[in-house]
Amino acid sequence: MKPTSFWAAPILSLLFFAAFVGVWHFSTQQTLGEVTVDPEYAALIGAQAATGGQSAMPGPLDVGAKLWEHIRDPFYDRGTNDKGIGTQLIYSIGRVLIGFALAALVAIPLGFVIGMSPLIYKALDPFIQVLKPISPLAWMPLALYTIKDSNISAVFVIFICSLWPMLVNTAFGVASVRKDWLNVARTLEVSSLRTAFQVILPAAAPTIMTGMRISVGIAWLVIVAAEMLVGGTGIGYFVWNEWNNLSITNIITAILLIGLVGMMLDTLLAQLARAVTYKE
Amino acid sequence: MSLPNPFDPDVKLHRGGCSCGHHRNQAEHDQAHAQDQRQQQDRLVEGAVMRALFPRDAERRRFLKTVGTGTALAAISSIFPLGLAKEVFAETNGPLEKTKLSVGFIPITCATPIIMAHPLGYYSKYGLDVEVVKTAGWAVVRDKSLAKEYDAAHMLSPMPLAITIGAGSNPIPWTMPAVENINGQAITLAMKHKDKRDPADWKGFKFAVPFDYSMHNYLLRYYLAEHGLDPDRDVQIRAVPPPEMVANLRADNIDGFLAPDPVNQRAVYDGVGFIHLLSKEIWDGHPCCAFAASREFVTGMPNTYQALLKAILDATAYARKAENRKEIAAAIAPANYLNQPVTVVEQVLTGTFADGLGNIVQDPERIDFDPFPYESFAIWILTQMKRWGQIDGDVDYAKVASEVFLATDAARLMKEVGMEVPTDPVMAFSVMGKPFDPSEPAAYIESFPIRRT
Repeated sequence: MKPTSFWAAPILSLLFFAAFVGVWHFSTQQTLGEVTVDPEYAALIGAQAATGGQSAMPGPLDVGAKLWEHIRDPFYDRGTNDKGIGTQLIYSIGRVLIGFALAALVAIPLGFVIGMSPLIYKALDPFIQVLKPISPLAWMPLALYTIKDSNISAVFVIFICSLWPMLVNTAFGVASVRKDWLNVARTLEVSSLRTAFQVILPAAAPTIMTGMRISVGIAWLVIVAAEMLVGGTGIGYFVWNEWNNLSITNIITAILLIGLVGMMLDTLLAQLARAVTYKE
Repeated sequence: MSLPNPFDPDVKLHRGGCSCGHHRNQAEHDQAHAQDQRQQQDRLVEGAVMRALFPRDAERRRFLKTVGTGTALAAISSIFPLGLAKEVFAETNGPLEKTKLSVGFIPITCATPIIMAHPLGYYSKYGLDVEVVKTAGWAVVRDKSLAKEYDAAHMLSPMPLAITIGAGSNPIPWTMPAVENINGQAITLAMKHKDKRDPADWKGFKFAVPFDYSMHNYLLRYYLAEHGLDPDRDVQIRAVPPPEMVANLRADNIDGFLAPDPVNQRAVYDGVGFIHLLSKEIWDGHPCCAFAASREFVTGMPNTYQALLKAILDATAYARKAENRKEIAAAIAPANYLNQPVTVVEQVLTGTFADGLGNIVQDPERIDFDPFPYESFAIWILTQMKRWGQIDGDVDYAKVASEVFLATDAARLMKEVGMEVPTDPVMAFSVMGKPFDPSEPAAYIESFPIRRT
């Protein structure tokens, strides 16, 4: 294989992007036909409806303009129900981080115990297997009903969806620490607490980090849907509010930003994971 | 104030002194106390006025510093009858138990009085600091209200009845002190059904309504059944949140909907559907959405409840007048409230609108605002719940109606804000030409050939 130049991949990326935007631009471009209704009536309806069509997909230029508008003023506050996109993203990230941190606090110690004790592993396994595949959003009505607070309910949904990947990965990582290392520790008469922290934890850390990385990804996926359900604040609420207004430009803008923030969260955890990996 | 405990050794009863010991006798104490309260109330009114006049506090301070307090007071009194406002406020209201309230709403024109009372200052006029919170759907409004996150909320008028009798949730006593709007809904069909205007051709259609316990559901079922279609067997009726309706209509997932505005007008605006029929043609003057609160709130915070209700009644009275509708449309269209193009909201509120088929229709009563919660409305709604199998067993129609629809309170407060009040809380009316006798609900249900009982 010939070594490719450093710039080849970025240039190809740019080309893909340009092609995509180009196709998008030309497929959404539409020339408004003759206005088929009388002007008085046309004033009451949208421009596309006046020519007998339906209002159409926005093109990349509209979206770009909208995106710039949002980026220029991300933290405006025009009342309870109309805040800037930056503020909304901060609300969402806050909820994700709180729910995720709580889940880590529960999942990692619990996963440790499950991983170290085959008995507890077998006893809890049926529950984990049943609870794991439940869509976190299915918990929402139950959470609203019992917790009686929509904000805490949203955090709870994040908590419950981030819990399982971390729990299962921690348990797996702990259980699959090489027996030799444990035996060495035992021969050296290392206390069990010290074994847990100085042998098992570093050995299982990469697997645990993988679990955390999966969790934060899922949490970010779920927060948008959860906020669309409960409303109030957050990027999910923003999408819902713009859906209400059928503003596809705003929705595409939000989709782009959701993707970027998700990528940032993932990169952050990938960096952490790199810090704890080791070579055998 | 609370009465002194006569069994408390440290409390002096009124002979020879007063309960706090600072006054010569109890009468003087009471007077001083009342004066204090009155002063506080006056401050509240003054505060509200000043906040309304100077949205930015820095401006207010600068103004007061330049002209001096006395001049400022005189200047403001000349444009706003401060003394009168204080008088009116003191006459009807004791101290408010709570001034910061949270009221939920769904972004539709039915909620106009609840929403407009915020930008047009009706809440602050009555000393309240209300946050109006946009909510994603009726089930969430219900749950947030039950969870006491909202002090009061915009609901569909069947919802307080359903919550009270426990249909679709646990029975919790709920009240409906005022109707928000009458009329103002419509049946919208997809463009491709332009020529199918006879409901008899609608077999197999998929319809959307906003919620199971809604006037929309009952009116659509009634309309279909009157045209010989069984709403459970011949068509499909789904509950779809209003914002998703136009998107679904456009994607051909549904054939039409009976929906609140601005959804209908929005479908026309986007060239997706046309307005087949306004709901007023099914039942002219039907109630739709409501201002609802828990019985606990009504009895636990009577002064706050009254102030809130008065603010909304006052707003409703303003919304009734046709000449104010354009101003209201501009006030409630922005993203913070309905988040719709102004022209769409304006067409709904003024009743001069494009119907989607190329005609400009003029119907000033397309939507109207009449807050009086007639008990007969509640009885009709209950008969429909019973008719379509949403409630089992016997219902004491009149009792539930009078417990949930607080006609007496509404009448008293409507009089105070200067509205006309109907004399009888039970009014007979007819739906699609068929008269409804509120005293014979059971016989009314029996009279329908299509029913689930």
